[in-house]
Amino acid sequence: MKYLPTLVIATLVGFLARLYMLRRDYRQYPSYPQGWAIHLFLGFIGGAIGAIIVPAILEGDFSAVSFLLLAASQFREVRNVERDTLSSMEATEMVKRGTAYIEGIARVFEARNYLAIWVALSAAVASELLADIGWWRMAAGVLVGAVLAAVLVRLMQGDLIGDIASVELSEIKFEGALVVIEGTVMMNVGLPESRRVYEERALAASVRPKGPNAKATLANLGQMQAIAHDVSSMIGVYMDVGEQEFIPMVRRDPATGSLRVLMVPSERDEDAFLAAIRRVPVLEGAVRKPLTSYAGKMID
Amino acid sequence: MEKIILAVVALDQTRVGGGAPIFYARDQEELEELAVLISRIFGAAVHDLHNDVYIIVKH
Repeated sequence: MKYLPTLVIATLVGFLARLYMLRRDYRQYPSYPQGWAIHLFLGFIGGAIGAIIVPAILEGDFSAVSFLLLAASQFREVRNVERDTLSSMEATEMVKRGTAYIEGIARVFEARNYLAIWVALSAAVASELLADIGWWRMAAGVLVGAVLAAVLVRLMQGDLIGDIASVELSEIKFEGALVVIEGTVMMNVGLPESRRVYEERALAASVRPKGPNAKATLANLGQMQAIAHDVSSMIGVYMDVGEQEFIPMVRRDPATGSLRVLMVPSERDEDAFLAAIRRVPVLEGAVRKPLTSYAGKMID
Repeated sequence: MEKIILAVVALDQTRVGGGAPIFYARDQEELEELAVLISRIFGAAVHDLHNDVYIIVKH
């Protein structure tokens, strides 16, 4: 079994790459430990597929490529499963993630399995090319895999809201029952009691896009909902089930394309609030680039 | 349809009418209290129409 070192090292590198891409952050998704077990095993399968391709082709078994087709359809299923899970959990979220965010998360999980395959494949190729140097080829495989994993992770990293827009605190004003932030009407808060809560505890911010591309991206409803969801999961909301008047609001000022974020956080900390908004990811599905079009350039 | 008026709370009988259940209050205080109670039952939001009429809306 002369390919054994290659198989072992490439599978291991693919698996470790998947592990490296799993993050435990404020979202707690995938959930730990069960969700992790699922994705690590899928990463292992991906690594094994990437590892086996190289020896199979060296042996002249070109039909091994059809393995990849199988993997692709399996991993596409991952996306469906993730979407179903998140959609069915949506009813239990105080502030909804929104379909755009769910779609984005599901896509990331599918993509990362393919990345695991690439990493394992590169490790296997390196290991086989350097078959002459004996056991050192395993180290070479690990090195190539690690570099590729680092590069891929860097390439797959999306922007944050803080990268495409400037975020500043805004003043909250009342016009009768209407909550107004910098001229944008946010909502009608009917009860004087609730208005008092807003006066004492609420925070508001303006998200000003840097340029037309950012403006078009921020106009996406899914992106707006994602901001509401993520900010409330980072700093907490002051609301109970059914208290709809305290639900975090994101509205758009049509004149400037700025977003207004209004929420009643559980702790009133201005810096934490602004930092939370800046750290919301820009959804891949929300990104628009009008400046790459002829008409878009004419307007700018 | 997403938003539904679940109830209307009003002071002046001549200002309201129509399909949603209407609750009349005697004074401003009762008006607010009714609005709170009904909104908590439905888990809905209270909106002020600025003419002593509150509507309870499910979003």
